[in-house]
Amino acid sequence: MATSEQSLRRKRLDRGIKARADTIFAVASYREILYLMLPRLVPVGLLLVMPLLLQGYWNKVLVYACMYGLLALSWDFLASCGLFSLGQSLFFGIGAYLAGAMNYYLHLPPLVTLPLATITGGIVSALLLSPVMRLRGVYFAMVTLMLPLLLMKVIETTGVFGGTHGLSGLSPLPHDAFAAYLAVIAFLLCMFAFRRIINSDYGLVLMAIRDDDRAVMSGAINIYWRKSQALFISGAVGAFAGALMTHHYQFLGMSTFALDYSILPVAAVALGGQGSFAGAALGSMILVPLSEALRALGGLRIAIYCMVLIVSIIGLPEGIFHFLERKYHQFETVSEVK
Amino acid sequence: MSLLIYGLINSVILALYAVGFSLTYGISGLANFAHGALYILSGFAAWTFIHSLGLPFAIAAPLAILVTGVVGFLIYWVLLLRLRGIALAELIVTFAAGVAILELLTWKGFYGIRYSLPLFIRGGVEIGSVAIDYQRLFVLIAGIALVILLWLFVHHTRIGLAFRAMAQNERTALSVGIESDWIGSLSLAFGSALAAVAAMVVLPLGVMESTIGYEVLIYALAVAIVGGLESTMGMVVGSFLIGYGQIAAAKYIGAKWMVIVPLAAIVIVLAIRPSGIFGKYKELEERV
Repeated sequence: MATSEQSLRRKRLDRGIKARADTIFAVASYREILYLMLPRLVPVGLLLVMPLLLQGYWNKVLVYACMYGLLALSWDFLASCGLFSLGQSLFFGIGAYLAGAMNYYLHLPPLVTLPLATITGGIVSALLLSPVMRLRGVYFAMVTLMLPLLLMKVIETTGVFGGTHGLSGLSPLPHDAFAAYLAVIAFLLCMFAFRRIINSDYGLVLMAIRDDDRAVMSGAINIYWRKSQALFISGAVGAFAGALMTHHYQFLGMSTFALDYSILPVAAVALGGQGSFAGAALGSMILVPLSEALRALGGLRIAIYCMVLIVSIIGLPEGIFHFLERKYHQFETVSEVK
Repeated sequence: MSLLIYGLINSVILALYAVGFSLTYGISGLANFAHGALYILSGFAAWTFIHSLGLPFAIAAPLAILVTGVVGFLIYWVLLLRLRGIALAELIVTFAAGVAILELLTWKGFYGIRYSLPLFIRGGVEIGSVAIDYQRLFVLIAGIALVILLWLFVHHTRIGLAFRAMAQNERTALSVGIESDWIGSLSLAFGSALAAVAAMVVLPLGVMESTIGYEVLIYALAVAIVGGLESTMGMVVGSFLIGYGQIAAAKYIGAKWMVIVPLAAIVIVLAIRPSGIFGKYKELEERV
């Protein structure tokens, strides 16, 4: 035989369990049920055990990760109805300020301020953004980028809510473990609820607004009303994250409107993959611990984030989650090319 | 009187901020969120040329403009070329690139009183009862000259005409031999260079800080949204509206309310005319 080079090629086949579409499975045995349940149960289990294992500093990191995860989920939810926001810190800051102010001035306990800030935060965000709801794409992104930065300036110049010094000495959550569990459970609930919502008829309308809003309008659906509902849901989730953070740190400051809270969720979604919510969750679970490890670098941290963001958008546009999902559902064998 | 003059200067400064942004957007449909970062980058480049290499400002300024243009070109050529047409990805990448530049500058320690660019001309003059320094007058003249030069450039040079062709119809432009990748890169390079020109003229008025980058971006966006991104006229009118609005607010209500003017202007304009005052596109087509 001549010394011809044998080149190999990869052969990919979908697993038989995938019957028809990406989301319809034909389950025939416990093994297959396990095959479907494992990728869902293992992360959930891990997250639920985590607060017991982690103490002190890393417990805080876990809360942090869940909080960014919530922001990333709320970003992804808005994006799935065509509203690309560059200012998740708006929702975060509104929630934080509402909860902080209620606690500081009215002395309401955290267990009251948390739900209250969540609901009113959602309403306030939806109202604030209602004039710009009619914009889409780049224009919406521009306005959302500006809003938190301008609000920050308003607080700085007018000195409301403690101005540049912020409000400190807020009441803490009952217990560290309680905070961690609250964060984890809210995070998981939000993720699975969003996955449900987006696959329901309601979510279908939202996605249709993203794809072709005029077609939806011609179907006699008021897209602005739907968009404001999406803004409310997303804003409420962001506000909850902010309120949680305020009580966890017992401090409220202008930094809640900072760019960190806008850029990190977007980076998390870009890394994890857009549209499935699991991607957003995965991305934030990777990025936040990474950022804690990079904390020693100080100001360079955000710069590194941005680089991660750029590299992951250019290198793996579909995101880690979609990549893994595809691999999980496929056999891959190496065969010779004849 | 002071309202009239300072309002005019403020408006021209805003127009200078926005002109590069709106040029890039007008040509390649790319919202360059790194605009503010490039603005401040050019300031620090000029500072470095002056203080490390000992160049006079007259040489350092063009050099900084050139460097910023090249950076803009590279951002397009290296990063954005792979993402052409995916509006969201383009936006996130320019934004991330901008934030990365700003954070790197902050990390390098570029803030504080010692970072400022020299004035072109010292001294001042009194017009009526208003004292005004020459540098501010210079800003005024430079701004007007820049807009006129830009108009001439876009209407009477080969590259300028290619820019307009790209803006009108990319495919037709391709079919007559205008390479859209090249022109797109050039458009970002020009936009960045214009940001740098603005920086060279405006920055000597104050201290340099990397946070100014965000401010410039915000004002550029505000002007663009109020005026309508597609037209030069809209940009000028938008900057005059916000510029005079700010000075009037500072004079009659209090200086701290200046920052609210752009926000209020945006909300009002969006409520009345969502495509901006001079937006060329029909409301349903592009923006809404």
